[in-house]
Amino acid sequence: MSQGYLPPGLPIPVPERNGLSAPFWEGLKEERIRVQRNPATGVFQFPPQWIAYDTQSFELEWVDVAPRGRIFSWTRVWHPVHPALRDAGPYIVVVVELPQAGNVRMLGNLLGDPRQDVEIGAEVEAVFEHHPDADPPYTLLQWRLA
Amino acid sequence: MTRRSLRGATAVVGVGETTYYRHGQAPEAEFVLCLKAIIAACRDAGLDPTDIDGFASYSNDRNDPPSLATALGCKELRFSNMQWGGGGGGGAGAMANAAAAITGGLADCVVVYRALAQGQFGRFGQGPQARTVNGDLALTVPYGQMSPAQWYAPKVMRFMHEHDIGQEALRAIAMASYHHAQSNPRAVMYGRPLTEEAYDASRWITEPFHLYDCCQENDGAAALILVSAERAKDLKQTPAYVLGAAIGAGYRVHSTPAGFATPDLASSHFKTLAPRLYEMAGVGPSDVDVVQCYENFTGGVLMALVEHGFFAPDEAMEFLKLENLLAPSGKLPLNTSGGNLAECYMHGLELQIEAVRQLRGEATSQVPDVNVSLAAAGPMVTPVSTILLGSEAVL
Repeated sequence: MSQGYLPPGLPIPVPERNGLSAPFWEGLKEERIRVQRNPATGVFQFPPQWIAYDTQSFELEWVDVAPRGRIFSWTRVWHPVHPALRDAGPYIVVVVELPQAGNVRMLGNLLGDPRQDVEIGAEVEAVFEHHPDADPPYTLLQWRLA
Repeated sequence: MTRRSLRGATAVVGVGETTYYRHGQAPEAEFVLCLKAIIAACRDAGLDPTDIDGFASYSNDRNDPPSLATALGCKELRFSNMQWGGGGGGGAGAMANAAAAITGGLADCVVVYRALAQGQFGRFGQGPQARTVNGDLALTVPYGQMSPAQWYAPKVMRFMHEHDIGQEALRAIAMASYHHAQSNPRAVMYGRPLTEEAYDASRWITEPFHLYDCCQENDGAAALILVSAERAKDLKQTPAYVLGAAIGAGYRVHSTPAGFATPDLASSHFKTLAPRLYEMAGVGPSDVDVVQCYENFTGGVLMALVEHGFFAPDEAMEFLKLENLLAPSGKLPLNTSGGNLAECYMHGLELQIEAVRQLRGEATSQVPDVNVSLAAAGPMVTPVSTILLGSEAVL
């Protein structure tokens, strides 16, 4: 899909100049969710970080994780604070935990009716929202009810 | 070994503020506001501004100590301190840093200050206008999550879900602030009372926050002067002694905007502080006579009150009724000047001042016989901070 959940004009996500989160963003373009894992302990961590918080090792690996999660919390935004969202109406932001990746959490919009009831604990699946015409192109990880 | 503690070693001896304005309405430069608040606090204390030898602030206040000390003609600068991180969560932390500097012999007369003129600089409640975002911002801004209300709402939503807490609890917190502001001529919302009906009918900002659950944005400045307890005895105001303070957060609390990844999401992050605070102060929650609790958003106050031990989560609906939160006779008078919601969003420093006024018996909504006065800063950010002030009777 190239149509976004939110209107165009929001800031474009890019990796840092030092490349820390580049594997995550590059993975999304290929419809893969990549998360860091400590190879010594199997502990997942997200957002990207240089060091493993459990062993202080700098040798972290990036692994693909299942594109499924459940809603841990959410908000429905009514008051926009960016000009691009001025007429967007309400939209839903969900905090999703990934049980198959150590319950790391990610954000996303919950696709579908923005006025729907949202249930904490509901199962969701990933949707890769591609923006090939953006400069630079990027893919956003979004969620819909499974 | 001597017990390491701030208890009873220092006191707040002067408080001052400028007129509080709606954001963008300050007629003077932010630096001038800052100077005027400091001078007002010195006058209140009966001290000469040139005797200030230490400065402590937070949230990257733009008015730096060397500039202030130079402008004021301070004889000597001994302590130049910025509480790092946490935005408004540093308010009590700056107080603690000032107390620690005096207790440790680094300085003798420290001013804690905060100045904001958001019309002259950026506003807090506006999203980034850049073409690209990276780092933690890249993980939230493209989803339309880009303001403090939007970042913190899921924390409160989860807490309300876990403990079956209804909107009425948040409403009571908002109404307590507005109620107290009606007695406070300094308050921006003085003369503008809030009713339950108006709260319920107000628009959503981001669920579960209605308009009245969100702090104002304001212009102005506030300052407090701390000296040693020994010196405080010779000054003109009733000293508000520092009983204890604590700064920090728990395990792996991510800075905003990556807060969604914090393991204990449904928290205001006082859980590890509160026991340290009470231990240092030598008092417990039941000894606290009046509470000032930073309202960035009412839901943060809800969690902060729980984490300071005033009630259990499952008692919130029963406890958070308006009559319990009002001076003079509520169970736990809360935000008695109107706080960030209705007095002024002076980034919570007005709450520190109110904690002092309650101890002096000079508050506009005075609680009788206050001996222990608590002021908490910055729920849901990291680091947060809390201070306990006390009268001479509790030393």
